[in-house]
Amino acid sequence: MFNYILRRLAYALPILLGVNIITFALFFVVITPNDMARLHLGDKHITQEQIQQWKHERGYDKPLFINKDSQGFDMVKETIFYQKSISLFFLDFGTSDADRRDINYDISQRMWPSLAIAVPTFIVGLLVNITMAMLLVFFRGTHIDTLGVVLTVILMSISSLFYIIAGQFLMSKLWHLAPISGYELGFDAWRFLILPVVIGVISGMGAGTRWYRSIFLEEINRDYVRTARAKGVPELKVLFKHVLQNAMIPILTGVVVVIPALFMGNLIMETLFLGSVLYIIGLIITDISYTWVDPRVRLS
Amino acid sequence: MRFTKTVLLIVLALLTSACDNNPYPASFSDKNIRLSAFSSRLKYLDPARSYSSDEYQFIRQIYEPPLQYHYLKRPYTLIPSSATEVPKPQYFDANGNALPENAPVEKIDHSLYEISIKRGVKYQPHPCFARNDQGQFIYHNLSEQELSTLHELSDFEKTGSRELVANDFVYQIKRLAHPRINSPIYGLMSEYIVGLRELNERLQKVNDEQKPDYLDLENYPLTGVEVVDDYTYRVKIKGKYPQFLYWLAMPFFAPIPPEVDRFYSQKGLIKRNISLNWYPVGTGPYMLTMNNPNYRIILEKNPNFHGEVYPLEGAAGDKELGLLVDAGKPVPFIDSAIYTLEKETIPYWNKFLQGYYDASGISSDNFDQAVAISADGNATLTDDMRDKGIRLITSVRPTIFYFGFNMMLDQVVGGTAESARLLRQAISIAMDMEEFISIFLNERGLPAQSPLPQGIFGHREEDKGINPYVYDWVNGKAKRKPIETARRLLAQAGYPNGRNEKTGEPLVLYLDITGGGADDKSRFDWYRKQFAKLDIQLIVRATDYSRFREKIQKGNFQIFLWGWHADYPDPENFFFLLYGPHSKVKNSGENAANYQNDKFDALFEQMKNMDNGEARLKIIDEMIEILRYDAPWMWGFHPLDFSLYHDWEQNVKPHPIANNGLKYLRIDAKTREEYREKHNQPVLWPLGLILILIIVVIVLAVRLYQQREHRKLEVLTQNN
Amino acid sequence: MELMEVFDIKVVILWTDGLVFLLTFLALFAIISMRSNPYLRRTWREVFRSKIGISAFVVLMAYITTGILDSFHFRAALENTENQTGTHYSGEVTSVLDMIIGQPHQHQEKTYSAPFSAFQFAKENIELPDGTIQRQYPRLKYGGSHLNEDTSDKVSDIIRRTFVSILWALLIWGCLVWLLIFLKARKSQNSMAKIGRQIWSGRTDIPWKVALIATGILILSISWFAQIADGYHIFGTDKVGNDVFYQAVKSIRTGLIVGTVTTLIMLPLAISLGIMAGYFRGWVDDVIQYLYTTLSSIPGVLLIAAAMLVLNVWIDNHPEHFPTAVQRADIRLLSLCIILGMTSWIGLCRLLRGETLKLRELGYVHAAQVFGVSNVQIIKRHFLPNLMHIVLITVVLDFSFLVLAEAVLSYLGIGVDPTTSSWGNMINAARLELAREPVVWWSLIAAFLFMFGLVLAANLFSDAVRRAFDPRGVS
Repeated sequence: MFNYILRRLAYALPILLGVNIITFALFFVVITPNDMARLHLGDKHITQEQIQQWKHERGYDKPLFINKDSQGFDMVKETIFYQKSISLFFLDFGTSDADRRDINYDISQRMWPSLAIAVPTFIVGLLVNITMAMLLVFFRGTHIDTLGVVLTVILMSISSLFYIIAGQFLMSKLWHLAPISGYELGFDAWRFLILPVVIGVISGMGAGTRWYRSIFLEEINRDYVRTARAKGVPELKVLFKHVLQNAMIPILTGVVVVIPALFMGNLIMETLFLGSVLYIIGLIITDISYTWVDPRVRLS
Repeated sequence: MRFTKTVLLIVLALLTSACDNNPYPASFSDKNIRLSAFSSRLKYLDPARSYSSDEYQFIRQIYEPPLQYHYLKRPYTLIPSSATEVPKPQYFDANGNALPENAPVEKIDHSLYEISIKRGVKYQPHPCFARNDQGQFIYHNLSEQELSTLHELSDFEKTGSRELVANDFVYQIKRLAHPRINSPIYGLMSEYIVGLRELNERLQKVNDEQKPDYLDLENYPLTGVEVVDDYTYRVKIKGKYPQFLYWLAMPFFAPIPPEVDRFYSQKGLIKRNISLNWYPVGTGPYMLTMNNPNYRIILEKNPNFHGEVYPLEGAAGDKELGLLVDAGKPVPFIDSAIYTLEKETIPYWNKFLQGYYDASGISSDNFDQAVAISADGNATLTDDMRDKGIRLITSVRPTIFYFGFNMMLDQVVGGTAESARLLRQAISIAMDMEEFISIFLNERGLPAQSPLPQGIFGHREEDKGINPYVYDWVNGKAKRKPIETARRLLAQAGYPNGRNEKTGEPLVLYLDITGGGADDKSRFDWYRKQFAKLDIQLIVRATDYSRFREKIQKGNFQIFLWGWHADYPDPENFFFLLYGPHSKVKNSGENAANYQNDKFDALFEQMKNMDNGEARLKIIDEMIEILRYDAPWMWGFHPLDFSLYHDWEQNVKPHPIANNGLKYLRIDAKTREEYREKHNQPVLWPLGLILILIIVVIVLAVRLYQQREHRKLEVLTQNN
Repeated sequence: MELMEVFDIKVVILWTDGLVFLLTFLALFAIISMRSNPYLRRTWREVFRSKIGISAFVVLMAYITTGILDSFHFRAALENTENQTGTHYSGEVTSVLDMIIGQPHQHQEKTYSAPFSAFQFAKENIELPDGTIQRQYPRLKYGGSHLNEDTSDKVSDIIRRTFVSILWALLIWGCLVWLLIFLKARKSQNSMAKIGRQIWSGRTDIPWKVALIATGILILSISWFAQIADGYHIFGTDKVGNDVFYQAVKSIRTGLIVGTVTTLIMLPLAISLGIMAGYFRGWVDDVIQYLYTTLSSIPGVLLIAAAMLVLNVWIDNHPEHFPTAVQRADIRLLSLCIILGMTSWIGLCRLLRGETLKLRELGYVHAAQVFGVSNVQIIKRHFLPNLMHIVLITVVLDFSFLVLAEAVLSYLGIGVDPTTSSWGNMINAARLELAREPVVWWSLIAAFLFMFGLVLAANLFSDAVRRAFDPRGVS
């Protein structure tokens, strides 16, 4: 197991390097150092000389990839790419260009509000979707199932934007049931989480329920389930014990890939990189969790 | 079954008790707290660096520059803040001989401002001043171990304070030249303050060569600024620059004690993001105690504040508005001001109506709800708002949004050719700013007649103020000239019906703007419609702001839309946007249209250094006439600020330049509490409905399940 | 001479137009070639045998026709002036759809007005003839302008128009029914009455009755819209007085293009890379896997946002390639498709790789390799046909996802150009309108209905396709 994880991590390195190059290229084409200086210095009374000073102070007056004025390793090292990008590998995001704040610290601060919404939405959504899917599978072939499937298609066909707009409008403006926005530290936070969590769960319900329903349906037609049922095992037990347990692998595969999205905050280069790191970690965890759900799976 | 019932009851009780929309903890109720919001992270609270109204909203309450604006008087009047009086400059010729006050500008080589400051003023409590029994600073040399428990400024156990001295002001002026601070006004100030450029060059060199952790500015003198004694300092300005007084009212010239820089330069603190940009240190009425960009910013009363009283007199009409009730009472009145993160305007507006914010600007989209324009064209509150006890206060911002033509590099609309001038005037008539203001700003703007907005010296009202090339004065009102006039001008310019006289080619013009708003599409459509009135085809080129600026910088545009917010209330701060030598393309100045007219430039140089009076007004009139004739800009509009206040907030008078009114405001927390109680009763029936629905579904499902199991058993028994 | 002037137009083919034509051509080609394959014919019949499938198909076809009509662009000629050299054309690019819609396209009011209203939504100062100024709701310039002073005849006018529209619809629908029966009768050598009875009682293999009813409803609503839109703003007007119904219709093309052109871009990549990885294995597989793992490990929305920004910067820096606003908007739409294509090929590529790995172990592939058939031939003959159902299912499934994604991205400001009509842009603007009081709800509802119709139809159709092509649910 340990060996396996090590090997997977080694695989991750070239991938992260690729991510690094892509994000770096994207960002430096979008916002050139000149733009950055302008952005941070403001509009009024700014001279070219001040822009030059700003860039010099932050190391943006170096060439992008290769420094022809230097010798040996410095040719690579004395460049914007190396200095701004390589340190990401050590998850050291350096200081922000604007006010020179430590980004690591800021990310760790900013992470919590978004996690506080994302994690409950994710868990509640998962539970709701699986329960609904179970119900539909349980009543398969009846009108309830048909009605349910039609409902999921309708839910799926509504853009998530409508859920957000309608949710805010009804819950806060019309019914005064939840604060329309905001955040609170500590336990009191839950009042602010209700609205986004409810919206998040409902908007994911259509697609989620349908997806799990198809997984369960596939599982329920297998021989062992039929045998169990023939033996007189109650339907609910069949569903929750056999079907759910065996559907765990596809569920996990779908779940873990979503996790990095939970961390998404602002559009900055660091988030992109952090997101992909989490994704890779997520993949490894998925593999490990397979062995935990299904002892037949071996890591090789 | 009884169990489920109990659970249900508990859930219901919980829901009813917890379901309300109050976005604050209960402890905020009934307190003398002002509640408002901020929309994005504050980047710079360092007074040498900060230059945006978002940040000024905070730091103007914290720092005290030598001067400030009178809260109530209009036109804007300077009064002392940390200084004892508004300084009078002395003028000297090149040989150092004193000159009389009315000396001609050419003779003046430099001016000297001697500023004396109040005695006994103390800084807010701050760890950088904390000393031990031996009188040494406790926190100026923090070890790793000490640092391990420090994460925020409030984690420091001890704080100290000290008296304000003249050297702190001088130190801050030196900071403007600091290579690591990158002060936005360094470029401008180095033209005026003697020795600032030399200081910057020297510091730059030291910084590059030695890369010190801490650059001690005390070791580097600034020739133009000197400390006379503990309570007096002098600033030497090149030539004559009367506008310097206005700069002395800005945080750039507020005092910063050297201890602060020394303290914040420690590596451990930088690593923890404890810096002057995050935790400012000042002598003002408030101090910043919490700065969490994802949550809240809190200002609290500074216990060491030297005291100030509410103004004794105001502008005409202020007494009737109840603005002088508190005259002579010591300020500040409010214990703390709490700002909550609010990224979007819609939630902000809803919370304002629900009583969770004390004041609100009105965005164009909830305007109809709040404000009705009465028959005589004045804005009043709708009955609905008035019933809620909300008040409306309007003010003119010293700002202009204008459409500029490329006067230097474009041959169709720019340049001195007569045809281009006629074309510009035709377009100025066709561009119906009244309609723009009505559709997109809901009347919250005034069509500009010249660069000068209301409240700036030189602005004229009524028939004297209209632009005769675009407006007629009819029945006591400015009326835009009919579109036929514009078409005639267009024909004279050589484009009858929007087609080139010679080739028949349709006239195509380009408008460069920066986009990004939700109503972009509507606005672009509207611009096109205006030009279409003249059969001119307009192509709108919208780009992000960086790209837009780049185009302006290179002169790569034909017509553009930009705005300018004045630094100080002086006509010079508007006219310099059209001063030839300030051309953006040639000299990277602020003259984005690259307009150049020798006569105008000469008048500008003359006007710049004059004191307000008849003579200056005459020159300004002449300058405006030149501009209107040449029409390098379509004059655009001056935005009006409409703000709403709940009746529990008192002493409100917006000051668009000063921003330091927090200390004068008063809050009646009890009224606020009653209002909230009244307007936020939760509506519970939807919850009940959903609950009933869920129960019905569950019951049905259980019933069905039982039926099925029953049938299955039957089948099994039959089989057996 | 007159006629000549009417047809004196300059045809404009935008990038996306070209791709739409290419797509239509490819689709027609695919249909023709599929007709000769009995297995495919049977499966497609299966799709149309489902009532939901055929109704959804009818609705989709209506959307697609609108989109295609909206893709024929041209510039009308300007009137001649004296001493003119050559013909000059209007700067405004119009489409065939604009011509068909005709009226509402030009009927612009000043600002908001509610659906079917004859008055502006906000009060305005109106100068009365005697010089006094009154604040009231002004009449609209076009909407309901044919009504009398107090608009008391509005209801009767609408009823009259509805009646006319029903007549028109019946006429057109009747022709269609007759045509269908006639064709079927001629083909099966049966009497038309018998075929008619068969269809009516629902005893046909393909549920023609349902199809005809769906078509009937569709024709009725179109003719009703056409009648009403002539005199009223069905969904009101927006902030600058544009007709919302017209905008919602114009948005159809944008939605369809994002849904289809994206797949057109992503398919070659996904198919070639997926099959190559599965077939050649070894280092080719490694490289391709590396490529898609890297791309998929970057959070999608962020990658799209960043890439959109890059392309926008590039567009801004090369204004000479896109001289008109329409071309700029078009290239932004295309770049959105390209970027969405770049991020969405991964899923399909993975599926194809897996399937190819399985297929290549089959006996006949080995046999072919042993006989020295070239790799290209093997892939063409044995792999492509056997993978087509996966491709097809993915394409129809992705379609509705992409339409929804366009709306979200435009809402976030990283989607199509703000001047392009799109549901996302409409929702984005509507967000502010909901905060008004009284609420301006019609833009949101119009965008919602049009989008919901398309996505629901696409979802239902994709269900039918999946059931027919992949009954066991492999993918």
